[in-house]
Amino acid sequence: MIAKPAQRLTLFLLLAPAILWLGLLIVLPHVEILVLSFSERVAPRVYAFGFGNYLEFFTEPLYWRTFARTAFMSILVTALTLVLAFPIALYIARVAQGRLKAMLLLLCLLPFWVSELVRTLGWMILLRETGVISYALRSIGLANQPVELLYNDGAVILGLVYGGLLFMIVPLANALESLEPAVVEAGYDLGGSRWTVLRRIVIPHAMPGIVAGSIIVFMLTIGNFATPVLLGGKNGLWFTEQIYAQFITRFNWPQGAAFGMLLLLLSSAIVWLGLRLTGQSLGTTLKQA
Amino acid sequence: MNRPSLAWKFYIAAFYLFLFAPLLVVAIFAFNASPFPSPPWRGFTLEWFTGSGAVVGKPGVLMDPIWLESIGNSFKVAIPVALLAVLLGTVNAWVLERAEFRGKTFVAMMMLWPLVIPGVVLGISILAFFSRVANGLEDWLQTDLDLLRPGLSLVVLGQLSFILTIATLIIAARLRKFDRSLEEAAFDLGASRARVLRTVTLPFLRPALIGAGLVALLMSFENFNTTLMLVGSEAPLPIAMYGQMREGASPAINAVSLLLMLGVGGIASVFALTSKTER
Repeated sequence: MIAKPAQRLTLFLLLAPAILWLGLLIVLPHVEILVLSFSERVAPRVYAFGFGNYLEFFTEPLYWRTFARTAFMSILVTALTLVLAFPIALYIARVAQGRLKAMLLLLCLLPFWVSELVRTLGWMILLRETGVISYALRSIGLANQPVELLYNDGAVILGLVYGGLLFMIVPLANALESLEPAVVEAGYDLGGSRWTVLRRIVIPHAMPGIVAGSIIVFMLTIGNFATPVLLGGKNGLWFTEQIYAQFITRFNWPQGAAFGMLLLLLSSAIVWLGLRLTGQSLGTTLKQA
Repeated sequence: MNRPSLAWKFYIAAFYLFLFAPLLVVAIFAFNASPFPSPPWRGFTLEWFTGSGAVVGKPGVLMDPIWLESIGNSFKVAIPVALLAVLLGTVNAWVLERAEFRGKTFVAMMMLWPLVIPGVVLGISILAFFSRVANGLEDWLQTDLDLLRPGLSLVVLGQLSFILTIATLIIAARLRKFDRSLEEAAFDLGASRARVLRTVTLPFLRPALIGAGLVALLMSFENFNTTLMLVGSEAPLPIAMYGQMREGASPAINAVSLLLMLGVGGIASVFALTSKTER
């Protein structure tokens, strides 16, 4: 096709929404927080270029410890989600047939159409001191006083794993779907044990799904706000909460912007590393999900 | 591998119980005649939906202006987001599937980018950028520009920034399946470009347009992270719920949640049905 002026105009009109969207809502705002993160207050209402906000992050233990804790817990949550989801995905993809299979997958999807806050509310009603589990333990005589299960790391991890499960199960089940039963049979015929077949045949085949699921769960976890704050209370200590505190509570935007850049950097670095280590591309990974 | 062990089956059952336990308790305690959403069971009531507060102390959802306003605010955000997402998403899908130009791969990559940015970061970056724009314009024009200050209009922009990616992907996937010889045939029969679009292409895209609109509506209604950074004084539903949950809410919040679950279930089943007829 030869590009005539009329066609160029059409192309430009077609591209205009995308350019406005990506420019005004994505690129320029990120440039803004990048610039903001390098500005320091030298006098009231006067700002100058400087690395102060980043230095503050490294010198104030609360900040970098919260950052490291968020990163570490997110990796832990991702690993736990993977381990918990694998048997379910394997069952849905390899064992369940026909209507049972469709049912199981649909039942998995349902809770995730519901707002994150509703699901968190459910966990709060179950776990808190006056909650369902505490009440049940007392009724059957396993405890003689109310048990507080909320506001600890366990509750935060539970809530985050719960929130990530679907995003792990779907890509895993998709990847496992394409595994030829004959290959698995061959593994057994050659004398492989259940464990050997799983380790040498099933898991390598599921790798694209494992990578896709892990990346999505990790990103959702590290960027989460409501679950750690509500289920962890004062002990939640999630990095997004620090960003919120700087921006909204303390109105220290440059500091908050620096935190935002650090979070973006961390999550992009880990996603990139995950893709590099496994040789996948972002496009195909997102398609798996 | 095809004969699952008992332990495996037990695990599957336990897993689904785990999956639905939080939703079940939310639904059940919406009907408990107690001032707090917690056991013991004090009898069945509908006060948390329609009560005026005379019986259980606090008003039910449908009588409480706080809840009604927040639901209204959510609609004020979700409807523009869904309409814009479908409209702009269709144009974007066209760019991805039909246009040929240098740098197309780059544009396609950029369109996926919003999905890998944490929602909180999207929120603060849009907040900071539009504050700067508003400051500049206000100095220049000497008027107040509340549209660009934290509030529902900024929430619309913030949510659109990533929901547009999803809408674009849904519509592009449908457009890819389109048999272009149908358009050629219409052109050969003498139809104008606009007519072909209206009578051939858009009807084919319709299920995806409806699907993308519904997904956008749901995502907007439930978005929390980005919205939290951009709200002003008018709180959409998730923000109002969050505030109540921090303070210790009455079971009216369970009633809101149950209504939300039913609404979401309704929309999700419409979506499932439209995507089924697509096949």
